[in-house]
Amino acid sequence: MKPDTAPRANLPLPARMLLRDWRAGELRVLALALVIAVASVTSVAFFADRVWQALTREANQMLGADVLLMSDHPFAPDLRDEAARRGLARADGVSFVSMARAGEAAQLAGVKAVSTGYPLRGKLRIAPRLNAEDAETDAIPPPGTVWLDERLSAALGVKTGEQIELGNTRFTVGAVLTLEPDRGVSFFNIAPRLLMRLDDLAATGLIQTGSRASYQLYLAGARAAAAAYADWAKPKLGPGQRIESLGNARPEVRAGLDRAQQFLGLSAMLAVILAAVAIALSTRRYTQRHLDGYAVMRCFGALQGRLFALFSWEFVLLGLAACTAGCVLGYAGQALIARWLTDIVASSLPQPGWYPVLQGFAAGLLLLLGFALPPLLQLKNVPAIRVIRREVGAPRQSALAAYALGLGALAALLLWQAGEVKLGATVFGGFAAAFLVFWLASLGALRLFAVLGRAGSLSWRYGLANLRRRSRGNAVQIVALALGLTVLLLLTFIRGDLLESWRTKLPQDAPNRFVVNIQPDQLRPLAQFLAQNGVTAANSFPMVRARLTAINGRTIAAADFSDERAKRQIDREFNLSFMQTMPAGNQVTEGRWFTHEDFAQGAVSVEIWIAERLGIKLGDQLKFSGGGASVSVPVTSVRKLDWDSMRPNFFFITTPKALAEFPVSYMSTFRLAGADPLFTARLTQAFPNLTVIDVSAVMRQVNGILDQVIRAVEFVFLFALVAGVLVLYAALLSTQDERLQEAALMRALGASRAQVAGAQRAEFLALGLVAGVLASAGASAIGYVLAEHVFQFPWQFNAAIWFAGPLAGLACVGLNAWLGGRAALNHPPMLALREAS
Amino acid sequence: MIKAAGLSKVVPNGPSQLLILHEIDLAVMAGEAVAIVGASGSGKSTLLGLLAGLDTPSAGSVQLDGVELFALGEDGRAALRAQLLGFVFQSFQLLPALNALENVMLPLELAGARDAARRAAAMLERVGLGERLAHYPKYLSGGEQQRVALARAFVIEPKLLLADEPTGNLDADTGAAIIDLMFALNAAAGTTLVLVTHDDAIARRCQRQIRLAGGRIVA
Ligand SMILES: Nc1ncnc2c1ncn2[C@@H]1O[C@H](COP(=O)(O)OP(=O)(O)OP(=O)(O)O)[C@@H](O)[C@H]1O
Ligand SMILES: [Mg+2]
Repeated sequence: MKPDTAPRANLPLPARMLLRDWRAGELRVLALALVIAVASVTSVAFFADRVWQALTREANQMLGADVLLMSDHPFAPDLRDEAARRGLARADGVSFVSMARAGEAAQLAGVKAVSTGYPLRGKLRIAPRLNAEDAETDAIPPPGTVWLDERLSAALGVKTGEQIELGNTRFTVGAVLTLEPDRGVSFFNIAPRLLMRLDDLAATGLIQTGSRASYQLYLAGARAAAAAYADWAKPKLGPGQRIESLGNARPEVRAGLDRAQQFLGLSAMLAVILAAVAIALSTRRYTQRHLDGYAVMRCFGALQGRLFALFSWEFVLLGLAACTAGCVLGYAGQALIARWLTDIVASSLPQPGWYPVLQGFAAGLLLLLGFALPPLLQLKNVPAIRVIRREVGAPRQSALAAYALGLGALAALLLWQAGEVKLGATVFGGFAAAFLVFWLASLGALRLFAVLGRAGSLSWRYGLANLRRRSRGNAVQIVALALGLTVLLLLTFIRGDLLESWRTKLPQDAPNRFVVNIQPDQLRPLAQFLAQNGVTAANSFPMVRARLTAINGRTIAAADFSDERAKRQIDREFNLSFMQTMPAGNQVTEGRWFTHEDFAQGAVSVEIWIAERLGIKLGDQLKFSGGGASVSVPVTSVRKLDWDSMRPNFFFITTPKALAEFPVSYMSTFRLAGADPLFTARLTQAFPNLTVIDVSAVMRQVNGILDQVIRAVEFVFLFALVAGVLVLYAALLSTQDERLQEAALMRALGASRAQVAGAQRAEFLALGLVAGVLASAGASAIGYVLAEHVFQFPWQFNAAIWFAGPLAGLACVGLNAWLGGRAALNHPPMLALREAS
Repeated sequence: MIKAAGLSKVVPNGPSQLLILHEIDLAVMAGEAVAIVGASGSGKSTLLGLLAGLDTPSAGSVQLDGVELFALGEDGRAALRAQLLGFVFQSFQLLPALNALENVMLPLELAGARDAARRAAAMLERVGLGERLAHYPKYLSGGEQQRVALARAFVIEPKLLLADEPTGNLDADTGAAIIDLMFALNAAAGTTLVLVTHDDAIARRCQRQIRLAGGRIVA
């Protein structure tokens, strides 16, 4: 036979060693673990990157643009020119309130005049007449026509084809406007919509200098270009101008997306943890198998530094190769997901960036370094005498100290993956604690088994004695299994809770109509009217419009604040409410809800976001003025609101008596099943001063987006799960050597197949149960912290987790026993013993 | 070539101490062939390990080729071994991940030799394994593994060869062939041989025999 190494003779020695180790099958588990780790990190990153872009774009429908500029006066030309220069698509809009008339009927309408192209994101939907089926359209009203929403059509009593008057002009009603993607939920001051083209606006004579109107500049384009434009424009905006973002326009959607991102980050982190476990196990195995070789080379006179460099380079080369393979696999995986996803994400997915590749390489190399370096460094201390006396120089396995570096690397990676300190720290802290506890608990359990193993059948005794005899190796395996299972349980249960809490945020019976401006004496007749029309369960809230004029006796003005939204709020009236009990979805974070004393003396509860912006603290004295009245009350609590919900939310809630002097009106929310434009018409006929807001279209839209987010999350979850199972399998495989050898030895010494199998079963049963129980405990504890402090949904004791853990543990070792055990039984003992010698 | 003086090895044995080697004095001339014999557990392997600088003695000194071995550090001793020494282990110590050829190439590669593959193949040919180059140790018989280990020790053409039971697993014919090979090397290149053996026939072929019993030289 010709020496086949000849062509490779000019490769550097580490590369040759790598090829030889690879060919001999020494590195497969490690390489596999690395590839899977990198593949899951990159595919989650690739996927998150692309889906993120797509979902954001989808969500941007709610702005009608990627970037939306708002102004109370016309935009200067340079803002438009710069957008054109950066290749962004543009549309203009002007909104104002004006009276629309049709014959005798007149109704205040929210007029919006738009240029061709509007909306740049999302679609308008129109119907040919009231109650007819609607459809998407790319157009805007043709010249001389307007589109009215259902409410305005009903209020004016006009049909399509009929005429209405607006300012100096007559328009033909072209269609019923059923959905305006950027309409949003603003509970107040919303008049029914009239949509017209911008070209027709001048003729109406409604907009003159000084008219109250709001101007919109809709822009859309490549993500980077849009973001760059926003950065460029921000400092150029004058007073009365701002950039609208999803965060402040649609807090409920923003909150959903943020959660989804957290969950994606969590999935990727957990994949990294699994990979770390597998890498730690396989490098441990690798170094143990190479101790002798190392001593032999020392005996040939190789210097320590030289050998260290040799092994290190071998690992670096392995790492680079595995990372490359992992990235390719990750890319392929996400491409597959992307194809599948094009069905649900309407807009085509943008191309992924290079960042995930960087992330994959960094993750892979960091993990390899963190977990392979410590055993390599231990290898350095192996004395040459080991070639004569085997027991000398096995590295001292103080596992914790050796893996400190690995744990450090893991912590860094997790924080990076989480993109958020709290989530990253919780997960890492949780797993570090779990690691410690698992280690101690597994040693304890092994001791216990040793006691139990004193009686029983031969197989039983032998199996349990095995556990004790190799207690360190078994403890390692239990810890690895338990960690892996913890991850899988967490993923399964957290995901369930997360999705459940999302779905309950927008229950099927959530209110879809808001009625505002109800006068106190209308409350009773309105309730009767609603009851007659089959509406039950209407909720009413008192509303008082007032300005915040002083904090602790000091008069405040917009100029006192730096935050843009705070400034705007100070210039406007707040909607205050007063009530006895705290509304649902609110949570006191500081202080306490009103007490008897508070009710007697007057007090206010402040929402946390506005409190932070305005610098309001517990105990501060707030002065509100409005409608000729004013009141000063102390802050007795700070509340957190549930912005995901579609409930009306109030920044300030006072005790009822405090606002007694102020003019009060009421808002009522209820659910109307199905679209019923005539109901609205009847209601406004009976109570002409009321404004009815239909949020069902908006709710459908929000639900649609959340549905997509949920499906994306489900998919990434599935992916992380598959990666996790693979890594777990790799971890299990890595402890197989010893078992194979032992089984061979037992059989060589005359044990029957049944006895060998029985001993293995006893051993695996014990391993699986201990690992499973530990995993259940770990997943419950970490799940509790995550739910309460990161994802913020109420944690529920989950009994299922305590069954799932041990069952999964048994299934895992069962699989391992089946694969490994079969190999051990079918492997001729001779071969196993040879391999062992 | 080798000069050992007052070489002792003591290991702790629970509360007491276990004396493995006791004040060994010994000198081996360059080109000489010396056999170390003695009962199992008499300390032969331990002595050989000390002579190679693989372990440190409790007392005493060793000079190899005029260099005071234990005045050097671990790496210094390793460097000296690389220059000077071939070692055949009682338990072969082939690297399981390397095939026969690669095992033999390893010391050459570590020394940075250019034609490692050719030289290693030639040496395996000489020990009768020219047809088994690509086989892994686990597929070789005990005797074949031993021959690979010998080839690995010979391939760097050491000035001093220390061999711990080099023929322990070989049948008489193969054993004799190996021993012939070692003595041929000894004759041709002036390699100094120190062999540990149970085999009287082999011991008799050496110029000198050193008998160990209970860690002392008795003859
Ligand atoms: N580090 C050590 N700790 C305890 N005992 C040791 C140690 N090293 C050697 N011994 C003991 O010293 C004695 C000599 O060992 P050595 O391996 O040198 O014997 P040997 O003469 O080579 O025997 P064999 O012919 O069986 O190979 C043995 O009893 C061995 O158990
Ligand atoms: Mg011996």
